[in-house]
Amino acid sequence: MAEKEIDQPTGVETTGHEWDGIKELNNPLPRWWVIVFYISIIWSVIYWVFMPSWPGINGYLKGVRNHTERANVEASMAELAAARSDQMSRLLAVDNLGEIENDPELLQYTLKAGESIFGDNCATCHGAGGQGFKGYPALVDDAWLWGGSLEDIQQTIRYGIRSGHPDARLNTMQAFGRDGILSSSQISDLVEYVTSLSGREADEAAAARGAQTFAQTCATCHGPEGRGDPAQGAPNLTDHIWLYGGDKITLQETLYQGRGGVMPAWSDRLSEEQIAALAVYVHSLGGGE
Amino acid sequence: MLDRHEFLEKRGLVLTVAILIVVAIGGIVEIAPLFYLESTIEKVKGVRPYTPLELAGRNIYVREGCYVCHSQMVRPLRDEVERYGHYSLAAESMYDHPFQWGSKRSGPDLARVGGKYSDAWHKQHLIDPRSVVPESIMPPYAFLEGKVMEAEDAEGWLKANRAVGVPYTDEMIENAASDFSTQTDPFADDYDGFVARYPNAVVRDFDGDPRHVTEMDALIAYLQVLGTMVDFETYEPEENYR
Repeated sequence: MAEKEIDQPTGVETTGHEWDGIKELNNPLPRWWVIVFYISIIWSVIYWVFMPSWPGINGYLKGVRNHTERANVEASMAELAAARSDQMSRLLAVDNLGEIENDPELLQYTLKAGESIFGDNCATCHGAGGQGFKGYPALVDDAWLWGGSLEDIQQTIRYGIRSGHPDARLNTMQAFGRDGILSSSQISDLVEYVTSLSGREADEAAAARGAQTFAQTCATCHGPEGRGDPAQGAPNLTDHIWLYGGDKITLQETLYQGRGGVMPAWSDRLSEEQIAALAVYVHSLGGGE
Repeated sequence: MLDRHEFLEKRGLVLTVAILIVVAIGGIVEIAPLFYLESTIEKVKGVRPYTPLELAGRNIYVREGCYVCHSQMVRPLRDEVERYGHYSLAAESMYDHPFQWGSKRSGPDLARVGGKYSDAWHKQHLIDPRSVVPESIMPPYAFLEGKVMEAEDAEGWLKANRAVGVPYTDEMIENAASDFSTQTDPFADDYDGFVARYPNAVVRDFDGDPRHVTEMDALIAYLQVLGTMVDFETYEPEENYR
């Protein structure tokens, strides 16, 4: 092999390669870098020994620590459930949810739990404080489409409304206009009558004609005076509280195309304890019955 | 030690042999496990290929870059399981090409969003997110409502997915166009055939407009199936610890 050539200005040996008079220096890699490189190789081998690594013929190498992220989270969830179980199990031990409201300590816990579950699951539709949006009922008032007792609320949460669950609450506000059940003049008259029901100004002659149609068609669900029926989820039309809007255009729209909002069933997604806590929380928001 | 490379680098044959040895080790380490990978795949029941309509929705999800802000991966961490539900299983994205796990959550995780909200909510939220979630920063996707989709394209989507390993049968591909429309119409002629091909698929008019199948229908159908395929009542977590 050729003599080692030393580059004069730097004092570093060259590789002996030369391009157009430029010579390549044979600088070694920085020592610290090489040391870290070899340590990381050693570290990877240690990691194979302790942690899950290679796939094998019958499963994978589990490592000395037998570490599994999934088992860890199950254990962590179990720990959480155990920490909560004192209070949570009391939610199911009561004969009726009303007892929870009479126990200040348990109630405080339940409301906190309910608030957090509400935030994760319900606030998206009903609003962060339960104030509701068009088509999604406000939970802070004392108007309840399907009843506002603790049991009613619990049932609604558990099975939902038109959710497809066999025990879901279900009714139909038909598309009276689109399906040709009522003529457009009948619908206009009804709009006037329904407007007058909540004490607002309406065309009297039209409202009188609308009253006839109402008695024949609407009273079965909404009641002869339009006060609604929580047993079948028919809203009260006299109380100035509207799910979709009480102006004449929206009423016309409602009568023409019908309504059928959906609330999902939560029994598969939330535990019974969580549903109980939610029911108590929602009941506390406004005028629970 | 640092200047020994000269020994290899100046001897062509020795260097060639050394390269062969290193590449062979690397190759064995990377390739050999693929032949017995079966043993590491989790045993999960219920995951089926997407229906043509759901697949169309998935294509829209990818096209609009939903994955940029939404993940589809509930990690096995306590707070995530508390908020979103059961942690995601690898098998749940086995028919996703490419998978939509995402890498960032500007919006919430969507891995278990199926069934959590009503179709009407999804529609309203896609048209105007802030009308239902005032603090939302999601852009509106109102245009989806007006874009009518062509059922004839469905066959191509299924074929493309079959090419990369999704087990679509010939029957599924043959019926792709009709299945595409059938999923939005519970009274369609081939309802039974459709449900047989895609067990547990939800059939209904997703966007509230029965006249057309729109991109809104497709995207909502996709969102409503996310995370709903595996029946966790029958799932044995211990068998699938990783």
